[in-house]
Amino acid sequence: MEFGPHLVLAILEGAVGAAVLALTALGLSLVFGVMRVVNVAHGEFFMLGAVMAWFVAAAIGGHPAVGFIAALVIAPLVAGVIAMAADWLVLKRVNYDPEATIVATIGLLYIMQQSALMLYGPEARPVEAPFNSRIALPWVEWGEAGLQLYYPWGFGTTSYKLFVIVAAVVLLLAFWAFLSRTRFGLVMRATQLDRETALAFGIPVETVYALVFGLGAALAALAAVLIVPIQQAHYLMGGDPLLLSFIVVIIGGLGSIRGTIVAALLIGMSDGVISVFFSPTLAKILATLLVALVLVFRPQGLYGKTAT
Amino acid sequence: MTSHRLTSRRSLLKGAAAGGLLAASPLAARFASAQSEPIRIGFQQHQTGIGAAYGRWYGRTTEAAVKAINDAGGINGRPVEIVAEDDGTDPKRGAEVIEKFATQHNCDIAFGTLFSHVVMGSAPAAGELKLPYFVVSEGHHVASGALNRWTLQPGITDVKSQVSSMAPWVTDTLGKKVTMVFPDYAFGHDHRDFFSAAVKAAGGDVVGLIPIPPTETTFTKYFPQIPRETEVLYHVMVGPAVLTFVKELGEFFGPSAPAIFGFIDSLEAVDLASPGLEFLDGTYFWEGNPRYAQADQSEYDKAFRAAVGVDDTGASTSDAKDVSTYAHMWGCWETLYIIKAAMEASGYAGPDDRQALVEAVEAMTDMPEGMEHPQGPKLFNGRTHQVFGRQYVSQAKEGRLVKVHATSIEDTLYPDEVDYTTMSF
Amino acid sequence: MRPETRALVLHLGVIAGLAALYPLLPTYHQGNLTRILVLAIYATGYNVLFGYTGLLSLGHAMFFGAGMYGLGLPMQHLGLPALPAFVLGTACAATLAAAVAALALRTAGVAFMIVTLMFSQAAFLTILYFTTWTRGEEGFVLARGARRIAGLDFSTPDVRFWTAFALFATALLLTLWMARSRFGHVLVAIRENEERTRMLGYDVQSHKFRAVVISGAFAGASGAAYGLFFGYVGATFASVQYSIFPLLWVLLGGAGTILGPLVGTAFMFYLINWAQDLTSAYMLVAGVVLVLLTLFARAGIVGEIRKRWLGWLP
Repeated sequence: MEFGPHLVLAILEGAVGAAVLALTALGLSLVFGVMRVVNVAHGEFFMLGAVMAWFVAAAIGGHPAVGFIAALVIAPLVAGVIAMAADWLVLKRVNYDPEATIVATIGLLYIMQQSALMLYGPEARPVEAPFNSRIALPWVEWGEAGLQLYYPWGFGTTSYKLFVIVAAVVLLLAFWAFLSRTRFGLVMRATQLDRETALAFGIPVETVYALVFGLGAALAALAAVLIVPIQQAHYLMGGDPLLLSFIVVIIGGLGSIRGTIVAALLIGMSDGVISVFFSPTLAKILATLLVALVLVFRPQGLYGKTAT
Repeated sequence: MTSHRLTSRRSLLKGAAAGGLLAASPLAARFASAQSEPIRIGFQQHQTGIGAAYGRWYGRTTEAAVKAINDAGGINGRPVEIVAEDDGTDPKRGAEVIEKFATQHNCDIAFGTLFSHVVMGSAPAAGELKLPYFVVSEGHHVASGALNRWTLQPGITDVKSQVSSMAPWVTDTLGKKVTMVFPDYAFGHDHRDFFSAAVKAAGGDVVGLIPIPPTETTFTKYFPQIPRETEVLYHVMVGPAVLTFVKELGEFFGPSAPAIFGFIDSLEAVDLASPGLEFLDGTYFWEGNPRYAQADQSEYDKAFRAAVGVDDTGASTSDAKDVSTYAHMWGCWETLYIIKAAMEASGYAGPDDRQALVEAVEAMTDMPEGMEHPQGPKLFNGRTHQVFGRQYVSQAKEGRLVKVHATSIEDTLYPDEVDYTTMSF
Repeated sequence: MRPETRALVLHLGVIAGLAALYPLLPTYHQGNLTRILVLAIYATGYNVLFGYTGLLSLGHAMFFGAGMYGLGLPMQHLGLPALPAFVLGTACAATLAAAVAALALRTAGVAFMIVTLMFSQAAFLTILYFTTWTRGEEGFVLARGARRIAGLDFSTPDVRFWTAFALFATALLLTLWMARSRFGHVLVAIRENEERTRMLGYDVQSHKFRAVVISGAFAGASGAAYGLFFGYVGATFASVQYSIFPLLWVLLGGAGTILGPLVGTAFMFYLINWAQDLTSAYMLVAGVVLVLLTLFARAGIVGEIRKRWLGWLP
């Protein structure tokens, strides 16, 4: 086992995963924080984003960057509009009752998965990255014969993966500014803190809810567009992001953006880094237990204020 | 299910029309109507779930074979009707579907399962209901003796024979020091165990084993574990993340990779011209049946492609982006022809003859290459309920797969692990 | 009749009705009823924790799986007979539930949901990690000859049904008894207002702990029975979807009602079965029905019946 390169790569890969996870989880955190509903279909909006990216790229053709940029705009919009329609048609009508919402969003999950299977198909399909050059550095090590160079067993990654990290950071910063500097952000935070008071102050809570649900879905779709040149669009891809986002939101502490990001990093990194020391599956088991224990001994999450 | 119902009804009509020729005299008409009650084959299909891409092509191949059989007069003068049910690629639903075939749809037999866990979950039900169950799974479960007298795999070779027949070629041609990357569950462990043993027997050495958790979606972080002395990298992955795996392998190694040998399972239903797969150029694959039409293509392969609707690149004739699961789906075609042959040999007339049908399959041995066996000649082992046949190695060249080696049937044989014929029905 | 008597008569009537129904059903539906009853035990156990105590677990698949593997592994590798294996499987699930409860009950609400989810995910991966013995996702088949208890051969449909029936009836009557006991009332009190229950001097933590263990034992018995009856043990049954199923069944049938789990399990089974006969896009149909159900029967089927007509239903 090559300890050094493994660790470097585990951290780098972990960062890419964490970046995308943070965006996805942020969407869920918004919905969960503001509306107090468990959106089981959140992962399906992620899937929708990836599938839309494939459709847009296939329809536009030409240089992959054109399709990619178009997908960055179109996929979140489509996901957002569908989510708002679902909110208006269903969630509003059950008064955001937590239990009814679970069943309703499971229903939505079935509907979206089957639609994707029929319209998009069962295959995993790739979307070309706008740019993707390989970055490989050799690994240097002191061996018996002095300084030795190992290649390509070193640091191998691509420019696109680095771009994903940067893009996610930019998007997260923009989102933070949006929440803290704009009027809508203020309204959202007010609704999150106290729905009744917000209503009393004349905030159109229903509209805010619809927009929040749409925004949450759009964030998931956006994250998927970023990841789809690395992974592929597949109609069952929504399961993992759903589970991981849930875990991130709760570990981070409800309503804390900072917590969500720290938790995404923790979860993105942990199994990669642990897999340096243990066999991969065992590493995954240990990482899962470790993260669960964080919550056991800090039930309010890393940055949460109250236990819910 | 509707689409299959429609086609099968259509083929039913054709079968009936063929029967109509006989119906010149009233007597013949009465005879024909008694005889032309269709033979109902329950098709356990992966329409949804993780196996859906395979299920779709298994469905198309099955339709094509049934059409060909019905056009030629059906089985014992009776048309064949396919009753397709989705098992969701789930073992629990699989067992329920078997019960539905036997007790609700009144099927004569069940057929067509690919994923091993669905076979394992369904086989007990088939055994208890005494329903002949023809799987097209390439798992070693049948030949390992874990199942029962009613479960047979006469139309596709199993993973043990595939893997062990590859080892001598790999060590002779590509290198002696092999590192294996495989999914950390039963399918991957079969590859690990059978290939490691065969490599050792062939004078090679497995220098690294890298089991990947099945829930994994990124792989680069595991690649530094590949020992630097590795001469051959052996990979076999399944599921939607395999494309990522292959791409990241390319990004990690770039132009200075060891020789790479993979199982095409990693890329079934995936276009080799997909972005990121350029890296695979020059690497080798096991194929159950060459996806690209080869220079020495047999007339049977040509006719098989035409019947199923697959072009020379292994994609659908109606949509070049719709790539088939060519290395596996021929198993459905051959299995249906074996069912036909066995039903004819045993004079199968109805569910009372199910035991005779199983015995007729068990009595089979040599199956020559032909329209019934377009992939190549086969040797069936009635004791282990498992068929043996040629395996192919292809090399990726300019976005195509070119056959470079074919094993003999003898290369794929291994000692029996069970004798089902001594078990009671 | 007093409501308690009425409730007892109703539930005994349902049990008698199931027994009377079985011989009348076509073979295919007889098999389905058997499966539904075994899974309804799972749902009934889930309901103890979710419906009565108000704790939403997303990790019950690990208890179902513990029951199934606790039965299957010793039968397969040690040749343990079926009866002790069944007891062992149930005990494994109860022990795992106790361990999980000791840790997870430090949390509440959504944190409890996530902790159970993660423990269950770790349990699922553990099954895969030990593929050498468990055969991972492929699972293993239990030898037909071993699936017997004292002359009862579980590979025969009738034996299977009547055993499932007896197990389910036991589970149903146990929960009915529990719901009316002091213990059950405290559980409901915890669901309604945990703080107040604590102020009244009840040991909330120990009641919750017992609820998790009972719920886990039910799940384990169901998993062990499923393996024994249908002869297959596989990792799919410990995957996350098998944690979501009982939640869905209980919500559909009516959380906090005795009959809800059975009704919900049967409803979901036949919804899929019916939609599949209708169209290949059956998940679409199932999805739409679920959405409609939340719109028009938010308390679940039995829950709505109780709300509208039979207020005395336990």
